Amino acid sequence: MANELLDKALADLERAVEAVRTAAEYSPDAAGAVAHGVSGGVIDPFVFRLAIFVLSIFVGYYVVWSVTPALHTPLMAVTNAISSVIVVGALLAVGISLSGIATGFGFVALVLASVNIFGGFLVTQRMLAMYKKKEK
Amino acid sequence: MSQNLAAFLYLVSGVLFIMALRGLSHPTTSRRGNMLGMTGMGIAIVTTLILAAPSIGGLLLIVVGLALGGGAGAYIARSIPMTSMPQLVAGFHSLVGLAAVLVAAAALYSPAAFGIGEVGSIHGQALVEMALGVAIGAITFTGSIIAFLKLDGRMSGKPIMLPSRHVINAALLALIVFFIVGLALTESHFNFWAIVLLSLVLGVLIIIPIGGADMPVVVSMLNSYSGWAAAGIGFTLGNLALIITGALVGSSGAILSYIMCKGMNRSFISVILGGFGGETAAVVDDGIQRTVKQGSADDAAFLMANASKVIIVPGYGMAVAQAQHALRELADKLKENGVEVKYAIHPVAGRMPGHMNVLLAEANVPYDEVFELEDINSEFAQADVAYVIGANDVTNPAARDDKSSPIFGMPILDVDKAKTCLFVKRSLGSGYAGIDNTLFYKDGTMMLLGDAKKMTEDIVKAMNH
Repeated sequence: MANELLDKALADLERAVEAVRTAAEYSPDAAGAVAHGVSGGVIDPFVFRLAIFVLSIFVGYYVVWSVTPALHTPLMAVTNAISSVIVVGALLAVGISLSGIATGFGFVALVLASVNIFGGFLVTQRMLAMYKKKEK
Repeated sequence: MSQNLAAFLYLVSGVLFIMALRGLSHPTTSRRGNMLGMTGMGIAIVTTLILAAPSIGGLLLIVVGLALGGGAGAYIARSIPMTSMPQLVAGFHSLVGLAAVLVAAAALYSPAAFGIGEVGSIHGQALVEMALGVAIGAITFTGSIIAFLKLDGRMSGKPIMLPSRHVINAALLALIVFFIVGLALTESHFNFWAIVLLSLVLGVLIIIPIGGADMPVVVSMLNSYSGWAAAGIGFTLGNLALIITGALVGSSGAILSYIMCKGMNRSFISVILGGFGGETAAVVDDGIQRTVKQGSADDAAFLMANASKVIIVPGYGMAVAQAQHALRELADKLKENGVEVKYAIHPVAGRMPGHMNVLLAEANVPYDEVFELEDINSEFAQADVAYVIGANDVTNPAARDDKSSPIFGMPILDVDKAKTCLFVKRSLGSGYAGIDNTLFYKDGTMMLLGDAKKMTEDIVKAMNH
């Protein structure tokens, strides 16, 4: 009976230690957040992402208008290849996901995106190699 | 690797992607640009691998996946004929769309792997971003498959018009929005798959009513969609490379769609609503007996050999007949005789932006002999011969002169201003838009009836005599 109580108390103690440790681990973050808050920088990361997104749209707008019409087909092929950077999501899913089904989804996505990465860049290269200037 | 360093490296790969697109401003810089793009992709993949630090089993699975997909991709890239480029690009778009859906599904089932919370406690905002990415990705997937089938000729290019399809599409869209809200509030997997299913259906319904020759717009639009889908997933995962790339690809596709629509003088909305070119518009018979002057390969050879300037106008028919190599031979022959040869490309010639340029490049036509509509249109008046091969509607003077024509206002190549217009065509039928081409009946026009490749080869032969 006493033993049982002792075990229970020990278990409780262990849990408490664990909780303290977790709290300690997180506290630097919390401190950082507070400092951040004091400095007036409480901006949701979403806003930063949105800013990058919006600016990238503008960059894309100007860069794409400067693409010569003769290269519009390679442009489509290469944009296709780079949009397969979605492979990073697939890699994370295959590499560290804990549920089997997520790994499965990730694996299929990985195969599809790799088809696109290799296919897209290589076919672009093949096309671009054909564009030649007049021989003088 | 720290999250900050990883984010920085993702930014680097995003910048490399921007430089890859920037390189395409000129053929000489484009090859280096493509290399930069590949480098960017390499950086993104390696960064993710270090960040994820997969177990041996996981790493093995990744290597197998990369090898499988990469092998298939490399094989396709090497073996595909250049004339099949539009369907290849459409097919590739569908893969990006499906990959986006699957990555989102993986994130939903195993959010911890992506650092976006636990099952049941994913942030509502992340769920909305995910749902948007999934919906657009699924639409891209099925839409691109339909576009692929139409471009590949496995499905009729004719528009398929469902009754009250606008109502159906609007209802589907409303349902998708409803389930997106539901997903954000409950994180229920049922809602997720409902969004996927409805979007897959919507993707099919959006593309089937759009006719074959409007495909340049569709392919560009799906290009754009695949970008927005990637960006949506990028927001969910907080990945800079994905957000930047998604925005780049999204705006690139949107600009190309805009250029294509302008090339046809049609609004984007009217293309998307579809139906154009379906009804075989009855040519109004005004009772006037119109005569067509027909010629032979010998006549054409004589005219061209004695010309001082020839402008070649290729169109989709050239791609179908695979006539680009024969055409280059013809041009070489003419140049030997001291004839000035130029090529004029209409923005919507072919089935995707830049389609004709790639085919001509494949046939070793130097790119500095190939001109866009606005750069060459004024030169037709000084040309002795305009050789129209496989193009039709883009040369129809009715677009310029006849206010009642359905294609009125569409910019055209002024081939009728050349002294003689040689028009290669299979038969005297109307073009895609179902409109009679008034060019056929003009005095300066000579029709060369026959297969584009065969006719061009015959002309070369006739010149050798």
